[in-house]
Amino acid sequence: MTHLTIALAQINTRLGDVQANLAKHLELIDEAGRRGADLVVFPELSLTGYVLQDLTPTVAHRAESQDPVFQPLLQASQSIDILIGFVEGDVRHRFYIAAAYLSHGQVLHVHRKVYLPTYGLFDEGRFFAWGDQVRAFDTRFGRFGVLICEDFWHASPPYLLWLDGADVFLFISASPGRGLNQEDRLESARWVEQINQAYASLFTAFVAHTNRVGFEDGLNFWGGATVFDPNGVCLAQGPYHEEALTLADLDLAQLNRTRTRLPLLRDERTALVERELGRILSRAAKSEG
Amino acid sequence: MVDPKPTLDINTELARGILVDFLATEIRRAGFEHAVLGLSGGLDSTLACYLTAEALGPENVLAVRMPYSTSAPESMEHAGMVIQATGVKELTVPITDLVDPLLARFPEADAVRRGNMMARARMIVLYDQSAAFRGLVVGTGNKTEILLGYTTLYGDSASALNPLGDLYKTQVRLLARAIGVPEAILAKAPSADLWKGQTDEGELGFTYAEVDRLLLLLVDGRYSPEACVEAGFDESFVRAVVERIRRNQYKRAQPLIAKLSNRTVGYDFLYLRDWGT
Repeated sequence: MTHLTIALAQINTRLGDVQANLAKHLELIDEAGRRGADLVVFPELSLTGYVLQDLTPTVAHRAESQDPVFQPLLQASQSIDILIGFVEGDVRHRFYIAAAYLSHGQVLHVHRKVYLPTYGLFDEGRFFAWGDQVRAFDTRFGRFGVLICEDFWHASPPYLLWLDGADVFLFISASPGRGLNQEDRLESARWVEQINQAYASLFTAFVAHTNRVGFEDGLNFWGGATVFDPNGVCLAQGPYHEEALTLADLDLAQLNRTRTRLPLLRDERTALVERELGRILSRAAKSEG
Repeated sequence: MVDPKPTLDINTELARGILVDFLATEIRRAGFEHAVLGLSGGLDSTLACYLTAEALGPENVLAVRMPYSTSAPESMEHAGMVIQATGVKELTVPITDLVDPLLARFPEADAVRRGNMMARARMIVLYDQSAAFRGLVVGTGNKTEILLGYTTLYGDSASALNPLGDLYKTQVRLLARAIGVPEAILAKAPSADLWKGQTDEGELGFTYAEVDRLLLLLVDGRYSPEACVEAGFDESFVRAVVERIRRNQYKRAQPLIAKLSNRTVGYDFLYLRDWGT
């Protein structure tokens, strides 16, 4: 496959009403398929809403074929790949902010958010368990990496995915809008767009991002889905603050052209990173001891 | 380049879009189509009225004028201009007959008590109209007065939702101007209109322009009081404002509940108001 048509769904959700959100997912999956998309990407916690607090245990599911919520989603994934955001409850009753990549009726990958912001207006660490893996995975379009919001505010998860072979990064958020000033967009939108573009440029890779819209109490979510290509060029951008399904055609051969011009991946000194990281961490361990 | 220093300047179109959307979304998901607000003819309630009319359609908004016998006649006139310009429904309920019996019982009540009685009488009228008109009460308090505690608890601070609570007075003025609020309302000195000649700035002892610049550094910019003094603010002014913010925290909080059980509202029984919607 040399082309991937990606549909970025920036949706509003009903807080804690998984069935209502599932119905909206199925409608948009259908619409994305009719418009020719190969993959549809939903925001963080798209099946549940974001500020769940004590609702967390009541909305948890597991990405498996017997699960009543995943059953129709897996069925829909026969014709189009799907990335959804949900609360994963494990067998030991721990809850994770998670994303599942579904394709041809199979769960190809589940990512559990590894960085849970618990500061300022965020309180995720109070309600959720921390994911502990960053892994790229193979799809019919090549090797992908998935991260959730705060994950990509740390440079290491995207870097690890890059080294693990990801050429297409799928980032999903429920980013509360904040920072009103004289600019034409909120500061939170500018911050996220800047780092998405930076990752695309630094990793000479495709970076697609989608984000919630709507309100939860006084919080607004700003939407503004984007796709950046390996040159850091914005291929498509969704509107701010309203629901939309934004399609972008990714010419995967651009990876070849950009990396020929700019062989940052070829020249990455991973052994040096490992050696220096080992030294830094062992020194840190000694000084702490 | 974006100026790294916090700024009071705002993109008024962006603010308007978010606030109108906020009002429409949050009122409707609570199961309502209508809104009620107290319209004094001042800047805050005028802006709230414009935004709510745009959010729900003017026919779904009830603006209530609640003059007291000493209220300035121009307040009623200015509120009338807003009602005409926005096309909202209106009701005039003088509060003199509510307040005066209480004042007669306590003739020694000072200006603060009198002002609080009036603000709470208006709250009673608004919440009664909330039930009668089947509309949520839209608040009109701005960030400056919330932080300074320049408000009557369970009086003018009482509302179901407040579109202006994260805008400083200076920003309310910017947005109001951009939205087309009549010049007469923009030009007059902000006042609670509790007695003749009263102005907010006279009572507070500083101007909104001054205090908003300071609050922006203290609150939004997370500057220490010392850093604010270094930035050029008078030390006694900074100290007075910092203390005023601290002293009024109770007005921004729910009543304290003494924890006894394993699960207590406010501490570990945590749900958004939008739960399930």
